Amino acid sequence: MDPNSPTFIFLNAFLINNFVLAMFLGLCPFLGVSGKIKTAGNMGLAVTFVMLVSSICAFGLNILLTRYDLEFLRLISYIAVIASAVQLVEMAVKRFSPALFRALGIFLPLITTNCAILGLALFQTAREYTFVQSLAFALGAGAGFTLALLLMAGLREKLDLADVPSVARGAALSLMIAGLLSLAFMGFAGLGG
Amino acid sequence: MSTKEPEAMTLETFTQGLWKDNPVFVMLLGLCPTLAVTNSAMNALAMGLATTFVLIASGFLVSLLRNVIPKQVRIASYIIIIATFVTMADYGIKAISLDLYKALGAFIQLIVVNCIILGRAEAYASKQTPVKSMINGAGMGFGFTLALLSLGVVREILGSGTLFGIQIMPDRFQTWSVFVLPPGGFFVLAGWLMLFTWLRERKSKQEAL
Repeated sequence: MDPNSPTFIFLNAFLINNFVLAMFLGLCPFLGVSGKIKTAGNMGLAVTFVMLVSSICAFGLNILLTRYDLEFLRLISYIAVIASAVQLVEMAVKRFSPALFRALGIFLPLITTNCAILGLALFQTAREYTFVQSLAFALGAGAGFTLALLLMAGLREKLDLADVPSVARGAALSLMIAGLLSLAFMGFAGLGG
Repeated sequence: MSTKEPEAMTLETFTQGLWKDNPVFVMLLGLCPTLAVTNSAMNALAMGLATTFVLIASGFLVSLLRNVIPKQVRIASYIIIIATFVTMADYGIKAISLDLYKALGAFIQLIVVNCIILGRAEAYASKQTPVKSMINGAGMGFGFTLALLSLGVVREILGSGTLFGIQIMPDRFQTWSVFVLPPGGFFVLAGWLMLFTWLRERKSKQEAL
């Protein structure tokens, strides 16, 4: 498959170089919000949406900054755009679906400090993706984040009933599961090659 | 707090971040860079020092401006301040060593969204004097560097048989390449966390006797 085709970029961000399990982006919500499947799914959707919005904004912004030789402002303007995108999403969700707004709670504003989103904008700039490629990249990354979150939440719901030695309880156990998931995802390495 | 000697307080401000409230091992903050760049000791050290620089500098500026910044826009202002110093660190590393810059990639710029720095700005620097904020930032930064190094050293020795690029394991040593790959990061951090939990449990048991 052509490595520059949108399909491959989507698959690459979704499975082969999964944002959470292979690139360690967005670990805080990954460990924090993965207690229940339902919350994990909602969180994944919200993050995917913010990723799409900020990917589009970052694409436009980069053209503007390059045109006026202001690349050193890239980081500052990206983070400002992401923060406003999150604010916008928050207002929209509050206006159109109060139920979803309540379900997401504090995690909605916290998306601003999710490094997966800034990482997405930075990687897309560094790899010089076109507009369609950026969209595929954002969708793939969001889907990959949601998948990792759902898998983790499913495993942790089951593990609630398991008898774990006291030293390994809590964060250490979550990290070991994440490590095993990450091992499993390495199996996707040859996909589409 | 106020009953202690000034020197002791300064020392405590510094060591707090180093051990008792270690950002990675105790508070589990800033995990993204912790796992992503620690596949060798050198990368870990560079990342730790860059973060320390940003922590100290942003702590100083946030504390200096703490009475000027309106409360409603403080988080946005902090992020802009942090982003400024991260851009400086980014260009600095690029000028010092291009190889290191390529190895760390986008993760230097991702220091902006490292929750340790924003957390320090919000919880400490916005309430304390500039000097104390800098000392606290330095403590947190060195604690973070220490944590990164302890992961980087283990992963590099087991995964490549080297330390800071110098071979230390015998030639026959079969490298465990899984440790320099992403899963290794999760496993080594889990291992360190278990070790610390075990030490804490043993200590509390001894105190109970």
